Amino acid sequence: MPEMRKNQNDSPFTLAIASGKGGTGKTTLATALAEAAGMAVTLRDCDVEEPNAHLFVRPRWNRHTEQNRHVPQIDAQRCSACGKCAELCQFNAIAIAGGRAMVFTELCHSCQGCRRICPEGAISDMDMLMGSLDCGVQLKNPATPINFISGKLAIGQVMAPPLIRAVKNVGAAEPLNILDCPPGTSCPMITAVRGSDFVILVTEPTPFGLNDLELAVETVRQLKLPFGVVINRADTGNSAVRDYCRDNDIAIALEIPWERSIAEAYSRGDSLCDASPALKNKLHTMLHHIMMREETV
Amino acid sequence: MKELIVISGKGGTGKTSLTAAFCHLAHNCVCADCDVDAADLHLILNPEIAQSHTFSSGHEAIIRQDTCTGCGLCEKYCTFDAISQNKNGTFRVDPYACEGCKVCVEFCPAQAIDFLEAECGVWHSSSTRFGTMVHARLHIGAENSGKLVSLVRREARTVAEAEHAELVIVDGPPGIGCPVIASITGADGVLIVTEPSVSGAHDFERVAQLCAHFNIPAYLCINKYDINPELGDSMCAEAAQHDIPTLGKIDFDPAFTAAQIRCQCVTEYEEPGTETIATQVRDLWNTLEKHINP
Repeated sequence: MPEMRKNQNDSPFTLAIASGKGGTGKTTLATALAEAAGMAVTLRDCDVEEPNAHLFVRPRWNRHTEQNRHVPQIDAQRCSACGKCAELCQFNAIAIAGGRAMVFTELCHSCQGCRRICPEGAISDMDMLMGSLDCGVQLKNPATPINFISGKLAIGQVMAPPLIRAVKNVGAAEPLNILDCPPGTSCPMITAVRGSDFVILVTEPTPFGLNDLELAVETVRQLKLPFGVVINRADTGNSAVRDYCRDNDIAIALEIPWERSIAEAYSRGDSLCDASPALKNKLHTMLHHIMMREETV
Repeated sequence: MKELIVISGKGGTGKTSLTAAFCHLAHNCVCADCDVDAADLHLILNPEIAQSHTFSSGHEAIIRQDTCTGCGLCEKYCTFDAISQNKNGTFRVDPYACEGCKVCVEFCPAQAIDFLEAECGVWHSSSTRFGTMVHARLHIGAENSGKLVSLVRREARTVAEAEHAELVIVDGPPGIGCPVIASITGADGVLIVTEPSVSGAHDFERVAQLCAHFNIPAYLCINKYDINPELGDSMCAEAAQHDIPTLGKIDFDPAFTAAQIRCQCVTEYEEPGTETIATQVRDLWNTLEKHINP
């Protein structure tokens, strides 16, 4: 078993739904858990490259804000072309050409180093659009609203992490935060799961599912986050994922079978809880076990 | 020599399974896996590694506790929330959050921060039953996935030139960010593999815009078509409006998973009842090949 501490305090609980492999059912699970929670939740879609949770939550939108990040702007009058900014920049986002500093904003990581080092005070911050944040609420069950936040990376933008940080930080924290995370094991996934109280890794029982689960497990273990596994389409493929979990003392929190009716409901954007009411109860139980940080089923 | 990239926007639509089949069906190709943070193509191609190289790129900051005065300026200046104070008052850099910008190193009044070159991953050149394969693995939490993707593509093209191969087939990553942009820029064509679901349709729209943004010819394949043919057809109509031709519709078939378990691609998996799906994939490949090499 991974370490699961008993939770004694009342601070908000953050549950991240992640996976190595894409298309294993992260969004399906995250949206269904929000619906099955039986309490007010904030659902945050951190998969800013390809956000999909809104298609299943269908919230009433109440706020749209454009999100900028800071990139340098050079005052050509003040710039002495000393080159200190270009020398410091680790991302090749500034070059000296034609007697002045030139900025390649798409390479800039917004570290502020050039602005701080410029001896002439010739560098200031300029806003660059990185994407947008949309906030809304779903009142399907008015007693337990789902507050919904979704980030969307602008087309052609390279860097997802600054926008993911914005999705995680905006708005009031409900007692339960559910994060729908991006796939993979690199910076976007790590930015999303970092600081969570528990991570659910969603996988499928196939060689691809297993390979990517192993990478995701290695990642959350290095980040020292407690985690469990949900096996989706559990009755397809082979037993290698189950064997791996058993051999590595990893809790399997839930298995969801493949059903054509579930796949078809998903294709239309219908909720898993509506497609399979029996699963809704299991999700509720699983969620509350995790929040109590007892051993999951 | 032409370079074909297979991407999807949404993950799990069947990119890698189809890429593996293309590597089987293509004559004289070099295969590359650019999904460097969750690579799976090797599970089908079973590469025998001929050469391995470490990939170093960028640096990471490490605080020398014996020199640090605890002034906290580094924490204040770090825009990545990578520096925090421990309970005992010392400061530390979280290597998973550090992006290697060097600001803390430069401005530390005590010069207490080291800046070490970071090894971000490994890449391999391998032989497979379908030809040479170039593949890589980004270390957990490492930066610079885009640079590793560019390196894998560059090496695959170099191999293709040396071997007089006509085609490089690249298995791309999901999403629309850094590694995807590094995968598609300058390619001869991009095949977008998607599925007929509200998510698939939404994500297809975004990758189609990305291909248009970088001016790269794109083609569409709808996988698992029979799960929702109505939506699949409307996605094809939408694609046509963006000048993206639909080159194939592939039905949902458990043979993909069954073949994967045997480390085979679906066109190698010759079990009774799988002729239809194999034919659909072969037809897709024949059409795609004509578009890439008119």
